[in-house]
Amino acid sequence: MSAGDDVQRSATPVGATHESTSTSLDVPPSEEGILESLEHMGAAERAEHDAAVSASVAPARDFAVAQGETLLAVDGLTVRFGGLTALDDVSFDVRRGEILGLIGPNGAGKTTCFNIMTGVYRPTSGDVLLEGRSLARMKRYRIIQAGVARTFQNIRLFGAMTALENVVVGTDARHRTSVPGALLRLPRHRREERDAVEKAMALLEFVGIADRAADKATALPYGYQRRLEIARALATEPKLLCLDEPAAGFSASEKDALSELILKIRDDGYTVVIVEHDMRVVLGVTDRLVVLDFGRKIADGLPDEVRRDPAVISAYLGGAVEDAPAGAGEEDA
Amino acid sequence: MTDTKRSEAGPSVRARFAAVSHWWNGQSRPVQWAYMVPVVLFLLALPVLNPPIITTEPYTDFPISLFNAAVFALIAIGLNVVIGQAGLLDLGYVGFFAIGAYTAALLSSPDSELGVRYPWLVIVPIAMVVTMISGVILGTPTLRLRGDYLAIVTLGFGEIVRLLADNVDPLRGNRGFQNIARPGGEFPDGTPIFSQTDALGFYWLAVIIIVIVLLFMGNLERSRVGRAWIAVREDEDAAELSGVPTYRFKIWAFAIGAAVGGLSGTLFAAQVGYVNNQRFDVTTSILYLAAVVLGGQGNKVGVIVGAFLVSYIPDRFQFEPQYRFLVFGIALIVLMIFRPQGLLGMRQHLLTYGRQAYRKLFGAGAAVAPSGLSASSRARGDLPETTPDDHAGTSPRGGGE
Repeated sequence: MSAGDDVQRSATPVGATHESTSTSLDVPPSEEGILESLEHMGAAERAEHDAAVSASVAPARDFAVAQGETLLAVDGLTVRFGGLTALDDVSFDVRRGEILGLIGPNGAGKTTCFNIMTGVYRPTSGDVLLEGRSLARMKRYRIIQAGVARTFQNIRLFGAMTALENVVVGTDARHRTSVPGALLRLPRHRREERDAVEKAMALLEFVGIADRAADKATALPYGYQRRLEIARALATEPKLLCLDEPAAGFSASEKDALSELILKIRDDGYTVVIVEHDMRVVLGVTDRLVVLDFGRKIADGLPDEVRRDPAVISAYLGGAVEDAPAGAGEEDA
Repeated sequence: MTDTKRSEAGPSVRARFAAVSHWWNGQSRPVQWAYMVPVVLFLLALPVLNPPIITTEPYTDFPISLFNAAVFALIAIGLNVVIGQAGLLDLGYVGFFAIGAYTAALLSSPDSELGVRYPWLVIVPIAMVVTMISGVILGTPTLRLRGDYLAIVTLGFGEIVRLLADNVDPLRGNRGFQNIARPGGEFPDGTPIFSQTDALGFYWLAVIIIVIVLLFMGNLERSRVGRAWIAVREDEDAAELSGVPTYRFKIWAFAIGAAVGGLSGTLFAAQVGYVNNQRFDVTTSILYLAAVVLGGQGNKVGVIVGAFLVSYIPDRFQFEPQYRFLVFGIALIVLMIFRPQGLLGMRQHLLTYGRQAYRKLFGAGAAVAPSGLSASSRARGDLPETTPDDHAGTSPRGGGE
């Protein structure tokens, strides 16, 4: 990806537009703060390099101070659809600045969990707390404004819009202009429009698809569409980005590029939760894993620990470990 | 690179059309409006020129026919917000037209029990507010429904309005209201500009109102509001999960569409000077829908053309009264066979919608990454041709086709 170069050039204006929207922490992230925090992240050296390139592109976020604190708490989440229990008393935390992998066999409840976090479904019991605020009864668009953005397992872009317009819709989540302001082109409307296009363009460069900004979303290649969804989600200035199987349908090299992008996003100060089946991607990017099986959490920990967990192996391979078919599951990582 | 693209395009009609629309979308908005001035002037002069072949006389008075077409166009512009942009199928739009017309009647006719005779200019904003409120009242419970369900409920709304006009005593049913207020003013020779017999003044007024409404609609389209509508139309769930307050903006679409419908109702009532319960049936709603679909949903210019055709064709082919609706029907079928997306389809609309964004894109692209954008895009040949001027942000170009 040559995106890194573009990003470096575009850094300044974007950082500027984000300043006013920084999160609850008042400490502005200084250059030193960013680098310091990166060392504590436990990420590989490449992360350090990428972060140095792209840190200023991302919103001025809570890099230095809040690393590792709980950002989102899933608390005793139970979801039933009629007689089917999709999630059964699931609890886990998402910590600031990490990439959390949410994995499990098909039907384990991963996407259901995403859908609760973003308000698509309402939990039967339990709650999801973002920085202590309950999301369980919040309207969907309010959840976005509170800071949880997502992409979709099946790409859901606005097909008749250009790539740029798609991302601008994401920026609109932070805009306050409504009909009167737009009708009369009031100053706030004009300012928001200017900033939005600038920011959307920078985000397209960040995810590496700026060269197709003027193309309709449906006309983009598949990989570009996936990246466009990520750009649209980032445009809402989330604290937490939820990626639902972002590598589905990707070739090996595309998966590598995507992993790089996800690391770059994390290094820019976002917290990421990722649902993904491809173990190479999962083990390549995640800092921590939560494993679901039949709606229950069966493991929670560092990728290496989880990989060796007998319960996880049995969930993936079915029954006793000895019966495992050769070469299946996560062994290819 | 420019030349390569042109030669590839070839001489086909479609390519020519694309070239014209590309050129058109490359112009800045003020320039486009400057080009529109002679067009509008021509439209204003049309009833005076009364050109042969085009004219509907001697069967229908040409200015009156044009005025009716203009009112139809205004209705189509309003309905286009609801159907074309927000993607909400509204089959009861005539209800708003009726509410506008009846508001004008109640506030100015001597037959009204209210006993007031407001001038037309006072009535217009009142009628628009009343219809807007009725749009919100209709929308609040129904906009939680989607697709077919919404269509059925709105169909019911149109019928309710008509039945109220039939059955509520103060609305006078078939007897109707006479002498509804019309705007004042006289020509130099002393004849009134706005009269029932000569629709010339009303036609001019309608064209001017259409231009003003189009200006405002353009503002809306190129804003968070317009984007929210299109996003709702494209994928309502994804829109909401991208932070669009879909319900609120759907209500706004209903309210704005209703207000324009009410405005056209007052215009109509003022010209005819008489309102009763005879014009507000389902068929009329379907004709409005036909105008929008024919012209091209989501394309403001398209729906104006569509409305003109729907209103004009029956007037023009009146020499054999029993066949005029046959001609009309054949015209509709032929159009739908060859242009199922409408005369001016989605593509045209999206370029209109994206024009300012593209302009900003190239302006902002120049500011954000002067060489990065141009280098990558030129190498791939994906973006529309750009000239060095574009990167100075002085000569906006657009169009992704």
